[in-house]
Amino acid sequence: MEVLLFGIAKDIVGKSSFRFNADELAPGSVSELRERLKRSFPEFGKLSSLAVAVNSAYADDAVQLKEGDEIALIPPVSGG
Amino acid sequence: MKGNISIEIFDVIDTSAVFAELSHPQSGGICVFVGAVREFTDNEEVLSLEFETYKVMALKEMNKIALEAIEKWNLNKVVIRHAVGPKNVEEPVVVVGASSAHRDACFKACRYLIDTLKERVPIWKKEIFKNKSVWVSAHP
Repeated sequence: MEVLLFGIAKDIVGKSSFRFNADELAPGSVSELRERLKRSFPEFGKLSSLAVAVNSAYADDAVQLKEGDEIALIPPVSGG
Repeated sequence: MKGNISIEIFDVIDTSAVFAELSHPQSGGICVFVGAVREFTDNEEVLSLEFETYKVMALKEMNKIALEAIEKWNLNKVVIRHAVGPKNVEEPVVVVGASSAHRDACFKACRYLIDTLKERVPIWKKEIFKNKSVWVSAHP
């Protein structure tokens, strides 16, 4: 499972996408994905917010993740 | 059809083209907001800004916001443009505009377009200072 990274999320991980290894269980939901990433990269816990997008729309914690979904981390936005 | 929408994300935005795009025979009011790069943040000199986007999603969110504004204020046309990449002081980075029968609707719509864009659209701004660079709003 691949997760796209933007802005400060990209700086925290050090690359523009993150892949869960094939030998580990991929996170099943948005909330599980967020918790796992915060555990691996504690810097995520310090951000003002950390949203998740599934197939290019904001997704609630309960949304289930499927193989083939386009998943992205959305750190605090600052356009305009 | 009510509410023609034009949404784009470009490296450079042409603010001079926006009036013609918003012009409409039923519009007596056309309102445009342009956001540009400011030289100082909290008394610190900003050398430049760098914008990054998740483009597919940003375009979708901008379209949703435009539809919401058309619904609320019965607009004839809406334009939302955002620039990406490196931007220098005074360069325009965002343009939103609305046209409607009377001015009240397009003034209110413009405010809504820019405020909601800043809240929801996945675009990120990095401020480059002399000795550091900071992703805006990332930390509390």
